[in-house]
Amino acid sequence: MTQSTATRNTAGTDVTSADTTSTDTTSTATTSTAATSTGSPATRIAPFAPQELERLRADFPILSTEVNDRPLTYLDSGATSQKPLAVLDVERRYLLGENSAVHRGAHTLAAEATESYENARDTVARFVGADADEIVWTSGATAALNLLAYAISNASLGRGGAAATRFRVGPGDEILVTELEHHANLIPWQELAARTGATLRYVPIDDAGALELDSLPLLITDRTKIVAITHVSNVLGALTPVELFVARAHEVGALVVLDACQSAPHLSLDLHSLGVDFAAFSGHKMLAPTGIGVLYGRRELLGALPPFLTGGSMITTVTMEGAEYLPAPQRFEAGTQPVSQAIALGAAVDYLRTVGMERVAAHEERLGQRLAVGLSAIEGVRLLGPVAGEPRTGLASFAVADIHAHDLGQFLDDRGIAVRVGHHCAQPLHRRLGLTSSTRASTYLYSTEGEVDEFLAGVADAISFFGVRP
Amino acid sequence: MSTTDLQNLYQEVILDHSRRPHGFGLRPGADAHSHQLNPTCGDEITLELHRDHATDVVTSVRWEGHGCAISQASASLFSDLAEGLTTAEITTRIDSFREAMRSRGTIEPDEELFGDAVVLGGVSKYVARVKCAMLAWVAAEDALAKLAA
Repeated sequence: MTQSTATRNTAGTDVTSADTTSTDTTSTATTSTAATSTGSPATRIAPFAPQELERLRADFPILSTEVNDRPLTYLDSGATSQKPLAVLDVERRYLLGENSAVHRGAHTLAAEATESYENARDTVARFVGADADEIVWTSGATAALNLLAYAISNASLGRGGAAATRFRVGPGDEILVTELEHHANLIPWQELAARTGATLRYVPIDDAGALELDSLPLLITDRTKIVAITHVSNVLGALTPVELFVARAHEVGALVVLDACQSAPHLSLDLHSLGVDFAAFSGHKMLAPTGIGVLYGRRELLGALPPFLTGGSMITTVTMEGAEYLPAPQRFEAGTQPVSQAIALGAAVDYLRTVGMERVAAHEERLGQRLAVGLSAIEGVRLLGPVAGEPRTGLASFAVADIHAHDLGQFLDDRGIAVRVGHHCAQPLHRRLGLTSSTRASTYLYSTEGEVDEFLAGVADAISFFGVRP
Repeated sequence: MSTTDLQNLYQEVILDHSRRPHGFGLRPGADAHSHQLNPTCGDEITLELHRDHATDVVTSVRWEGHGCAISQASASLFSDLAEGLTTAEITTRIDSFREAMRSRGTIEPDEELFGDAVVLGGVSKYVARVKCAMLAWVAAEDALAKLAA
């Protein structure tokens, strides 16, 4: 076993291909960026050179495949990302050489698996500017947000004792969300409000999809207990000015919950400096497998929060009358843990860190602008969210009058172009914009300008194909 | 899929029906109606049947809704097809249409039974779109069940 022990301590040793990529780029990747929370363009960071991008893409074999006899143009990374070999190799190596249940059992494999599992937690914590004991593994962001909402619900019922009274919500209290939330950061709060008698309110968006921030002082008041907002809209690509929400929420003692699903994979994220109280994100959107996600909570908050799921692995003493619980994060990880997935997420984060998140953000910012500019130039296209030139991440959604998104998506699929069509789990946002569906192209570090151009040409041709013929 | 397949899926008849749908717009006095939703895309339809009690003939199929070209054309073609048929004849056609749609391109709809609606046969190769084509037919099936109840 000694031999395998030597290879497993740092997942960072597994990203050789990304290492190669970064060696010739580090000299240009030194300027810091403010992209973390404000969305300021990372213009001083050099995007990838063509050869770098080619090498990066070689790490993702699926990108070289064909769909419908055409080279795949994958522009659906906002739904799920593709996985590099380095991540798959780490997960496979773990399953072949170490696989074991963690935090139980005294045999050698169990100890090694536990160490790898906890190392991954540490790796992911550092990646998002948090400490390891502030990172709870969940099956995904949806599970993370529901965990939090149900734990708060339990606190509201008196569970968690005196320490948990700060989480209590009930009649007269308010939970604030925004009109552009993904359903995963909306429905858990609707349900929490329904269970506790609290009132759900929301920050509206305007006709262009921008948050009406002027309403914040009126909406965040002494009654507000929870403010749950997305960092980046999964439909619009717009960045939320998180600092405004945090400042106002903390003035009145409300907790801020951040949906970081579309920011953690794409931007340099520092949760401590953002000052949010909780955050959630998914592994599968950031090069890791499905079945792993994270709930971040500030240490003192997570320490006081009562559990949601209960059972094995989260207790200290159990009698027939009751149980005492482990401290966070284990208190929130009942049952057999998603070990290989967590280790793979650690490897994914190592891969991203080696490439450099500032460079990933710069690359995607360029692609996002190319999408926005290109779509705006096509007659009949209504670009949603920030206009071209305004800050947006590497995604863009749009609608075409009289052409349904599903038909457009089918036309693009015929050319091997994979995009998302529908409401993207944001029905209220679409309804507010007078739509039932839209088409979304979303990029990642491996996407190219050529792919964006291929997509734009496809959209223009689809409009001719479906357009009313004389 | 090739461009030829795409043109087969979106035949001119389908595009015409989706742009100028038949039977669109609800009318008072329906004998049964059904509202159906495709939650994956948000497509919706409300379809109603007007029936002559004595003969059991459906005299009028009216519908409203929104969705992709396939779902809109399918509702339009269904309303053309079903008008003038008995409820039993419509049920036969719905069953047969479903069978063709689920066949992954192996069963062509019978022109004798379906008339113009055979153009929807191409949809069955695209598993993800079968629900779009079925939406109006499922609504009709539900409305027929209400008539029979």
